[in-house]
Amino acid sequence: MDLSVTIPGGLHPLALRNPVLTASGTFGYGVEFEPYGDLTALGGIVVKGLSLKPRLGNPMPRVAETPCGMLNAVGLQNDGVECFINEKLPRLPWRELPVIANIYACDPGEFGELAAVLAAEEGVAALEVNISCPNVKEGGILFGQDARQAARVTEAVKMRAGAKPVIVKLSPNVTDIVTMARAVEDAGADMLSCINTLSGMGVDIRTRRPLLANVIGGLSGPAIKPVALRCVWQVSRAVSIPVIGIGGIASAEDVLEFILVGAHAVQVGTANFMRPDFAFRLVDELNELCDRMGITDWDAFRGSLKA
Amino acid sequence: MHTSACTELKVLDLVPFGLTSGEARFYALRLERPDWGTWAPGQFVMLRPAGWALDMLWARPFSICRVSRRDLVIFFQVVGRGTRRLAELHAGDTVHVWGPLGNSFAVEPDTPTLLLAGGIGIAPFIGYVHEHPKPWNVWMDFGHRMPLGCYPFDSISDRIMADTHMEECPEDLQKFIDLLGSRMAEFAEKQGLVLACGPTPFLKTVRDLALHHGVRTQLSLETRMACGVGACLGCVCRTTEKWPDPAKAEGRVQTCTSGPIFWADQITFDEA
Repeated sequence: MDLSVTIPGGLHPLALRNPVLTASGTFGYGVEFEPYGDLTALGGIVVKGLSLKPRLGNPMPRVAETPCGMLNAVGLQNDGVECFINEKLPRLPWRELPVIANIYACDPGEFGELAAVLAAEEGVAALEVNISCPNVKEGGILFGQDARQAARVTEAVKMRAGAKPVIVKLSPNVTDIVTMARAVEDAGADMLSCINTLSGMGVDIRTRRPLLANVIGGLSGPAIKPVALRCVWQVSRAVSIPVIGIGGIASAEDVLEFILVGAHAVQVGTANFMRPDFAFRLVDELNELCDRMGITDWDAFRGSLKA
Repeated sequence: MHTSACTELKVLDLVPFGLTSGEARFYALRLERPDWGTWAPGQFVMLRPAGWALDMLWARPFSICRVSRRDLVIFFQVVGRGTRRLAELHAGDTVHVWGPLGNSFAVEPDTPTLLLAGGIGIAPFIGYVHEHPKPWNVWMDFGHRMPLGCYPFDSISDRIMADTHMEECPEDLQKFIDLLGSRMAEFAEKQGLVLACGPTPFLKTVRDLALHHGVRTQLSLETRMACGVGACLGCVCRTTEKWPDPAKAEGRVQTCTSGPIFWADQITFDEA
């Protein structure tokens, strides 16, 4: 079937060739995966989180494998937004697929500044606001756990984002994700993506050390899929803006599950580490699965869960 | 520079080494030869059996031991749940492999070259001594804890002058470190080249000695990797002020894409 989908986003909807995007932090700047597939076959790319100035990130070890998942505490290491604009973006086929910039800052003012820099870039299709990173001390998840703070950040980005749709990425590490979703919707968010990683940790009883130097990190992978589905289900029923589902997607069936509970599109994250051509193959598998199941219209299938 | 791709390869066989030591913990895994253009010793592959379900998501990184017209060989030691499961592979099983990844060891045919291997760190040197155009200019010192039969040492000693040093008691470790010091001093004097691969404490020692004696030395780092292609940022190491790109000096670079081979003076093991 024709897998294309349009995510409504105010004046500037996002037109995707298919609903499969790659999640921030799991697909580099996209160019790393060029040897393994045709980037333009994807629905879109969400690049590694960008900050105004370069960030060194957290000490090692930063990643650990866990049953059906992994923990990470990378701490937003990146070369800064200028480097992205000058060195990475020109190498991406942004005329042919949406490149979404994931942004992180320590305060609303800086978020606004970062949004203004990226708003001027033709190659950036949308901004994804990271208010939910559990791995940095300042900002990050603090914004994502407080509805008023989340709204302030959303407003700051919206004000400087020009015509770019603003996606706010929600944290599952909250008492009530619906409250957060409504707060950022009211503050002007065009879309939501959920979920970011779940706060977690791992230890080694022999060395008596934590698996991550940061001790606490974010859990991702198939282990968190049921939590992610629940969040997308709750949020998509509570808000009128579109939702992009993220969390443990590892098959075409998983993609349909997220769309069934209300997502317009999905982001594939940890599964990209299973093999570097994972996302490319997923698009093909989704196509075959839709044909097999007789799914011909996303609008009819989306949110059609009989509950 | 080179092309990488993710391919599905069949296992040809899995040969345990050192069975006499009781539980077999070392294996040579022989796979069908992938359709690669070129590769160079020191590069690595990411490998994940097709039969792994979702309980273990990551592939595992391995130095390329050897590539022939017929096969790709890697050599591994069982150290955790991933390698334990790899040891259960059978001929005919399918594995997903991507590579060759990363950079490679310096090859300077006319420079006296000393290979320093610690334990399983011997693996990439098998390819190195077979590809080197003048093996008479290459020497090896091999430090190990398990009996020699656990390692593919014969395929090295068939080609070059190689000495072994087994660590049987704590005093042997200091003897080995002293030996490394005198060998590296010797190669410093002949303006030679030193290449090292082994566990991180071993590489730290080699690095310190390299800086002390002023001998050009490359280290092959070993670390956890989730992707092998530069995306996960889980394998970074710290660079010194000597790193060639000033923008990355005294910063962090990915071991998978900037390495796994590094000049000893361009990185540091001091984590901060």
